[in-house]
Amino acid sequence: MHNIKAIFRREFSSYFATPLALVFIVFFLILAAAFAFQFGNFYDRGQSDLAPFFSYHPWLYLFLIPAISMRLWAEERKSGSIELLMTLPVTTWQAVIGKYLAAWAFAGVALALTFPMWITVNYLGDPDNGAIFAGYIGSFLMAGGFLAIGACLSAATRNQVIAFIFTVVICFAFLLSGFPMVLSLFDGWAPQAVIDAIASLSFLTHFQSISKGVIDLRDLLYFATVIAVWLAANSIVLDMKKAD
Amino acid sequence: MIEIRNLSKRYGALTAVNDISFSVGAGQVLGFLGPNGAGKSTTMKMITGFLTPTAGSISVCGHDVETSPLAAKACMGYLPEGAPSYGEMTVRGFLEFIAEIRGLDADKRKSRLDDVINRLQLGSVLEQMIETLSKGFKRRVGLAQALIHDPQVLILDEPTDGLDPNQKHQVRELISTLAQDKIIVISPHILEEVDAVCNRAIIIANGKLLADDTPKALAKRAPSGRLDDVFRQITTTPAAQVAHA
Repeated sequence: MHNIKAIFRREFSSYFATPLALVFIVFFLILAAAFAFQFGNFYDRGQSDLAPFFSYHPWLYLFLIPAISMRLWAEERKSGSIELLMTLPVTTWQAVIGKYLAAWAFAGVALALTFPMWITVNYLGDPDNGAIFAGYIGSFLMAGGFLAIGACLSAATRNQVIAFIFTVVICFAFLLSGFPMVLSLFDGWAPQAVIDAIASLSFLTHFQSISKGVIDLRDLLYFATVIAVWLAANSIVLDMKKAD
Repeated sequence: MIEIRNLSKRYGALTAVNDISFSVGAGQVLGFLGPNGAGKSTTMKMITGFLTPTAGSISVCGHDVETSPLAAKACMGYLPEGAPSYGEMTVRGFLEFIAEIRGLDADKRKSRLDDVINRLQLGSVLEQMIETLSKGFKRRVGLAQALIHDPQVLILDEPTDGLDPNQKHQVRELISTLAQDKIIVISPHILEEVDAVCNRAIIIANGKLLADDTPKALAKRAPSGRLDDVFRQITTTPAAQVAHA
């Protein structure tokens, strides 16, 4: 616990030591608001909720989260600091979790800074704040899922651009797997159970069901599993590739 | 005490380290010599637990590096090749992070920080970001983090690379003062360093251990009495080439 905390603190503060934090947060806020107002018809709908705001988060995360995660391990490998970190008395797990939690907390800070949206709907109308809270939880969990994928792929390369592209592609697959377009590829030849399994892999289905205001244990379990599996893969990849 | 038994590291068809055995006791400063690519850094990376050996075993302070890595790592200080660190951190922030991970409590942390900052003369750059420092300062920051927990065993890969002659002299003095009750393994990037600080030298080439003696005794093996000549003679003999093939 002590080691995870130390690694978390170092990693988290490193975001703010460079312009990365500022650039990321500013763009995230601008894009989140622009999507909600421009494409989501935030005002014209005449409803006081944050549905148009949350519905663009998966697409926003698709490109912004890999930008956070790409440096997690690729940078350590490139600069050689991974050799320093992994020869300190810490386990691979502690390093993986400490760094991951720092990235997730950073994404959480960016998400929390969208609070003026929440104030706006409360000022303009009388929204269901429970549903909004659920939307934030769902969005945060989805960010965690994307980040876990990105962390693992970042450990597989020392090139941040490659890490970014691979993460976008895999995250895109995880998003799309719930779409009829993708599922129809399997229709007719694969058993229904397989199609259901593919559909249930999608971030989108689970995120949407949480952001409707229903925090179902199965959806929480889904994100917890996705994160755990990718982080386990992260530490395996790290042990295999750290010295390359 | 470092004990290395039948250590090998293979990457596919390439044998980087080939069946090396030796042990180092307290008070010894072991210079690890060899041509580039001889397996010096690979051996150091295995001692510090960064790389897993293909065969053989390493124990440091009585802890097997593979089976109880945390205990072994806790009693070592390591300066990796190129002195990597976190460039966006300040020198103070970086050293405090290492002290925290090394488990030093608040009182001890303060006194140890003061000690290494003083020994390596980092006082003037404490609040600077590491990436803005000169090569010599970066190297000294790397040495400082290796020393911060006052470890029993120091593994230093090219500790004086990038330092000016005065700084080299200081670091060698530092190594000599530390040497009395510690085990120090260094890979000097120039041979004159072996004379200056080491009381034992191991020569490896192509992953094979070819000589293990005091620098003085080694030097006597050449008619000229110079370590350079012995080094060249040992590492370019047919035996050294055959060891690889």
